[in-house]
Amino acid sequence: MAETPSRARRAPDPDPDRPVSTARMVATLYGSRLRSQASFRTSFLADVLGQVLIVGTEFLELWVILSQVSTLGGMTLPQVAVVYGLGALAFGIGDLFFGEIDGLSATIKSGTLETLLIRPVPMLLQISSLDLSLRRIGRIVVGLAMYVVALGIAGFDPTAATLVLAVIAPLAGAAIFGALFTLAGAMQFWLVDGREFANAFTYGGNYVATTPGAVFALPMRAFFTFVIPATLIAYAPTLALLELPGPALIPTGAGWLGAPAAVLAWILAALLWRAGIRRYTGAGG
Amino acid sequence: MPPYWSIASASFRQYSTYRMATAAGVFTNTIFGFIRASIMFAAITSAGGELSGYTIAQAATYVWLGQALLAPIEAFGTREVSQRVHQGDIAIDLLRPTPFLGLYYAQKLGRSSFLLLGRGVPPLAVGAIVTGLALPTDPRSYLLGTLSLLLAITLAFLADMLVNLAAFWLLETRGLTVVYTAVMNLLSGFLIPIVWFPDWLLAIARATPFPSMIQTPIDTLSGRIAPAEALGLVAVQVGWVAALALAAHLVLTAGVRSVEVQGG
Amino acid sequence: MNPTDVPIPSRAAQNATGPAVELTGLRRDFTVRARLSGARRRTRQLVRAVDEISLRIERGEAVGFVGANGAGKSTTIKMMTGILQPSDGTVRVLGRTPVPERRQLAREIGVVFGQRSQLWWDLPLRDSYRILGAMHRLTDREREGRLERLVDGLDLSDFLDRPVRQLSLGQRMRGEVAAALLHSPALVVLDEPTIGLDMVSKEGLRRFLREDRAERGTTLFLTTHDMGDVERLCERIVVVNTGTVAYDGPLESFRERLGAPRELIVDLAEPADALALPAAARSLAVEAGGIRHRIAFSGAELTVPSLLSAIGTQAEVRDLALTEPAIEDLVRQIYARGGLG
Repeated sequence: MAETPSRARRAPDPDPDRPVSTARMVATLYGSRLRSQASFRTSFLADVLGQVLIVGTEFLELWVILSQVSTLGGMTLPQVAVVYGLGALAFGIGDLFFGEIDGLSATIKSGTLETLLIRPVPMLLQISSLDLSLRRIGRIVVGLAMYVVALGIAGFDPTAATLVLAVIAPLAGAAIFGALFTLAGAMQFWLVDGREFANAFTYGGNYVATTPGAVFALPMRAFFTFVIPATLIAYAPTLALLELPGPALIPTGAGWLGAPAAVLAWILAALLWRAGIRRYTGAGG
Repeated sequence: MPPYWSIASASFRQYSTYRMATAAGVFTNTIFGFIRASIMFAAITSAGGELSGYTIAQAATYVWLGQALLAPIEAFGTREVSQRVHQGDIAIDLLRPTPFLGLYYAQKLGRSSFLLLGRGVPPLAVGAIVTGLALPTDPRSYLLGTLSLLLAITLAFLADMLVNLAAFWLLETRGLTVVYTAVMNLLSGFLIPIVWFPDWLLAIARATPFPSMIQTPIDTLSGRIAPAEALGLVAVQVGWVAALALAAHLVLTAGVRSVEVQGG
Repeated sequence: MNPTDVPIPSRAAQNATGPAVELTGLRRDFTVRARLSGARRRTRQLVRAVDEISLRIERGEAVGFVGANGAGKSTTIKMMTGILQPSDGTVRVLGRTPVPERRQLAREIGVVFGQRSQLWWDLPLRDSYRILGAMHRLTDREREGRLERLVDGLDLSDFLDRPVRQLSLGQRMRGEVAAALLHSPALVVLDEPTIGLDMVSKEGLRRFLREDRAERGTTLFLTTHDMGDVERLCERIVVVNTGTVAYDGPLESFRERLGAPRELIVDLAEPADALALPAAARSLAVEAGGIRHRIAFSGAELTVPSLLSAIGTQAEVRDLALTEPAIEDLVRQIYARGGLG
């Protein structure tokens, strides 16, 4: 996989006059990041293993609790594992593509943002591809494995509808996390040292998403459902997939609300991002 | 002694100027505290009001003290020393008249004092108001707790320093920092009390210095364990401090020698 | 968010007429929060970085934009490239308004920020061009053809496959210039392109920029602290001082108008008390017992060879050195006179 001169000097594409489509441009942007990271093989491997370990200890917290008590927030260990696996998978994908946007203040301070502004490509696409960090794949792999295995153990009985939901849920969740990261980044156009504020919503959102939503007292549950839609990422879909009754505010049917919530979150994120860029060009660095 | 004092107070003042970051840290620490408290309360309620010696009030105290300790302990690791090793700036530090470890320890104490007051106490206050705290009745618990806290910060400093000093031999220490952080978060009893662990995991945890970094100061400060019992745990902390200080000293010496041999 | 709404490169704009850059009454204020000495609270202060700059640059011109640090150079460049919105006045660049048309404009201009890299730090240099080519929607043939010219002209072939982080400053800067020129921009903006470079790298870079401009008729806008850059690359010089234009005119008359002389130092084989000099030159000092002569002369009226041949008829020259008045010195003179436009 290591990048060698001979590989870089490969023959040009068959039609050298083919106009560059948007898809091909996007593929070029992301592809370049993948190749650069694969070239640092040992540190890459250590990073992936580190990620797996973090996911492991996070879940160990829930597992230790469930070795002491039979249910947490009304859920058994396999059911909690579905919530955790689905949440980790969604967070992993969102983090992979948008996880570095919440470091925007550093990009602003270093002046890198200016070099991005003078290129004819949308900023979000540039930042997303510029910082794509493949080591995050560790969380995705562990999350996916846990999601699938735990669904089996928890007695998932698929119908056409729930099968569709099982596939949509991680993607909708990833989109929600992506929007949260983008909101967190956009916030920093105003709050330059506010990265840690953002953590409350992004990493805090992940913490809530990977936990059975019923454990939260009503005000918190409302906040993490209607303001930050974290419970709609994994907990609500798990209720719907396993046909479990939900607590107050989160009925079983809320499992289908992930995708609409993602759309709403992205509309907000895009608006705030645009306002942030406008503020930046107005106020300057 | 005077240089250490001025280093520590300069470090304290430097951190006190990051007001926005401090406010952001307090906010995030508080939110995480509420999330953690919710999970523990649910577990204890599910167990019928008490789980392995923890009641709701004790669990609340455990969570908020943990959130308060997170910043001064710097549980997520630091990278300054490893970066200075990689960039060769470590040579400058070693040439100073103040011994290297003493220099960084003084900085750490100054920084941690601010982080405790600026970032640790506010979430604790919010917790005291919202969920309530179980505070010790014996004044000796406060005394021992303060000592235990100082030892915990010292231990965390030494362990983090050992991870950083690995940079003398490793080209990239980020992976190591990640692994260290993950292990420390779990085995220190930060995420859940170690007495909730299954026996095998508890045995592993007790064989490491990690519980001395978080679980011991929390237990001592909250009065969950009696001062007599706490005294034994503080003695364990002292033992680990001695062991890790020796290790850090040896590793630093070996690292410096390896650089001198390579002429790097 | 949709990248396809940007029209394909700059062919239309390149045929367009009208000035390349037109700044009219340009002003830019910043609000700075500062703690005044003694005051407890921080107060807001309005700082005017650019104050009423008006400037018209025709297509194909090469303009040196000079001034001390903080004179408003970078702020002006940011307003020209769409990074900053002017507080007042108008900017038109290649017929566009930069901030709202930032992405369209980005296809037609090439920018080098000498202080910060636009290359992909951990990728081989060649990959940066592949990515930038895709961003600018160049076809493979366009990109490869152009790159060949750039590799040749900037002498990049030795390190094209090396990661950018391993390049020397000189190599990296040549790479940066190639990155800015890859999409054949109609306007090239260079912000301190030779800062920190050695003489050989500087000369190579200047030579190529001249060649490329001659080939393509590019408009060049350059800020620098190095008078050599302006002299080798520009016909026109604009000096800014505290946010306003202090001088704007052809380079050849710049020194002349200021009366700022160049200085020739000659060491003679035999001591001489005085040398008879042409009208445009005068003796500044005679040192080392008549061996060393410092001679000031007007660069506009007298060339170095003719001055040297005049001296050569009187004495044998053993060694010589030529000093140019530093740009900073000239600018300082302009400041002292309160403008010269």
